[in-house]
Amino acid sequence: MIYLRLIYEFMKIGLFAVGGGLATLPFLKDLAIKTGWYTIEDLMNMVAVSESTPGPLGVNMSTFVGFVRGSFLGGICATLGLVIPSIAIIIIIAIMFKKFKDSPIIEKIFFGIRPASIALIASAGYSVMKEALFNFELYSQTNAILDLFKVSSIIYGVILYIVFSKFKLHPIFYILISAVIGIIVKF
Amino acid sequence: MKELFELYFLFLKMGSVCFGGGYAMLPILERELVTKRNWCTKEELLDYYAIGQCTPGVIAVNTSTFIGHKLKGVVGGIVATLGFITPSIIIISILATIIQSITHLPVVEYAFSGIRICVCVLILNATINLWKSAVKDRIGIILFLIIFILSSFLNVSPVILIVLAGFFGYLYKTITGGKEK
Repeated sequence: MIYLRLIYEFMKIGLFAVGGGLATLPFLKDLAIKTGWYTIEDLMNMVAVSESTPGPLGVNMSTFVGFVRGSFLGGICATLGLVIPSIAIIIIIAIMFKKFKDSPIIEKIFFGIRPASIALIASAGYSVMKEALFNFELYSQTNAILDLFKVSSIIYGVILYIVFSKFKLHPIFYILISAVIGIIVKF
Repeated sequence: MKELFELYFLFLKMGSVCFGGGYAMLPILERELVTKRNWCTKEELLDYYAIGQCTPGVIAVNTSTFIGHKLKGVVGGIVATLGFITPSIIIISILATIIQSITHLPVVEYAFSGIRICVCVLILNATINLWKSAVKDRIGIILFLIIFILSSFLNVSPVILIVLAGFFGYLYKTITGGKEK
């Protein structure tokens, strides 16, 4: 049953994605590869939509994936799956709040998890960039090194990065501009 | 019962105005819970937030559960969280329906080709910011590189990598922590 499968897969994500925001991305990438429910390109579109709508990124992306796979009910199942571990863990912690806050064991475990969680996001970013900025398929056919790079995409990416680090406007703003530029330039 | 409804709709309201989750929601929570309603202190809120960050799951969801639990026990935790995710489910379902039906249009296709480059930049930027805040010593860098390689080139499941990294952190800190003392 697809709904039970969605709850199960997203409970796993809710249990292991630590750090909020894009922390769910590597798990969703893994799920895409494992199940073929959606492509990496679809996933990037989902990130853009989730960034541009209210609500936490992880919750929005989970609803989106669930919706793509199992329509409205699928979206609900995926999202509930995602938050069930949170609810359980937080309630346990809330009951023994003081102990958790000063626990040296938790501190030690997170010493390892923090860099790992960032590495996973970076790795998901790497797959996404491979898709958007490079053209490995064309390169393997022609073997011409220039065919490997999507030159106009890379140039636009660099410009956007510089502008983005200079002017910290809300991501929606940059997503909208990029949509317009995409229509004009046809990357 | 009336209070649970109030809790549900307050979190529903906050879920529908907070873009991006994470840090963006802190000022909204502070205004609604501390300033307007006096349901918790600012210190409590920051504590919940800090714990929400270092426990599994979405930070905003973890914080919602915490506050709901403080006010109305286990049921309160569940109700607050459900309220918070309701707008996401509705909005994303509507948008996903629209996008699925227009995605084959060339204009939409081109728009998303530009948007995907923007998403790359957003992810790169998030990674660099996280790196600055959390990777501070040599062992952190080594761990980062190992996990990055295992995940990018060998496609090891992120679940396994997180468990291994937590285990490693525990062992490493236990061994070196003993020496320092």
